[in-house]
Amino acid sequence: MMLSPLHLLFYVFAAMAVCSAIAVITARSPVRSVLSLIVTFFAIAGTWMMLRAEFLSLILILVYVGAVMTLFLFVVMMLNIDRESRISGFVKHVYIGLFVVLVVTGLIINMIGTPHLSVMQMPEPPVEPADYSNIQALGMLLFTDYVYPFEIAGVILLAAIIAAITLAHRKPKNRKAQRPSAQIAVRPEDRVRLVKMPSGGGN
Amino acid sequence: MPSLIEFLTLAAILFGLGIAGIILNRKNIIVLLMSLELILLSINTNFVAFSYFLNNVIGQVFVFFVLTVAAAEAAIGLAILVVIYRKRHTIEVQALDALKG
Repeated sequence: MMLSPLHLLFYVFAAMAVCSAIAVITARSPVRSVLSLIVTFFAIAGTWMMLRAEFLSLILILVYVGAVMTLFLFVVMMLNIDRESRISGFVKHVYIGLFVVLVVTGLIINMIGTPHLSVMQMPEPPVEPADYSNIQALGMLLFTDYVYPFEIAGVILLAAIIAAITLAHRKPKNRKAQRPSAQIAVRPEDRVRLVKMPSGGGN
Repeated sequence: MPSLIEFLTLAAILFGLGIAGIILNRKNIIVLLMSLELILLSINTNFVAFSYFLNNVIGQVFVFFVLTVAAAEAAIGLAILVVIYRKRHTIEVQALDALKG
């Protein structure tokens, strides 16, 4: 069986994704896990590009690799985790983990291989014209039929911003700043003491 | 062009690896969060594959929303992680037993 170049490219991306996903869950240091997850995202973005989801593929790289994984990397480097403590817990559960991954993956693959879902003979979709734009199609749908969920997504992001700042923000301890309420509340008696001195006693 | 089954199989393998990551790593919450990202990525791949083979863009709209919510979840999860680390000076899963679960 001769594979077409596109098919071969898919297998390269898939092998990259699976290998780096294994590295994510088995790496000793969390920094290596984060970097492996970035490789996984790149490989999956490649397969999405083959599925003509150009916008989502680029969003995955820009937003996920550019923002979310950078955030992970910041937190991992900020938190100074001792790496020795991770090893003992890993070995204890390795057989349960292998069992679960085999059962779950086997069940899903067994299910999609059967004719229940009739995905076996899913035909190739027609090729779009040359001036077809994935971003345009997505935007037309997003700003007409799905504009209300789109707004809700914006509100969710705003809530996430406020929640994250509220949780992680720490008041500075030794800050030297003016306190306006104390300044306004002050009265002349607190600051000035009028002393009555006897006068005319001398010459 | 690879068939739909191959994309679904790739997504299934990633999903299983994500679940295995949650089970294996009892020590580090950050790796748990990353396993969650792996699971979300695999179901997003399913959505994109079905959207392509059914010739329907709505699946990609749903992936857009899943990505949005996943980004919010990662931000809040990491913020909670930072707060836990400040209080307890550890992020081991087994050390966080205040709820006696």
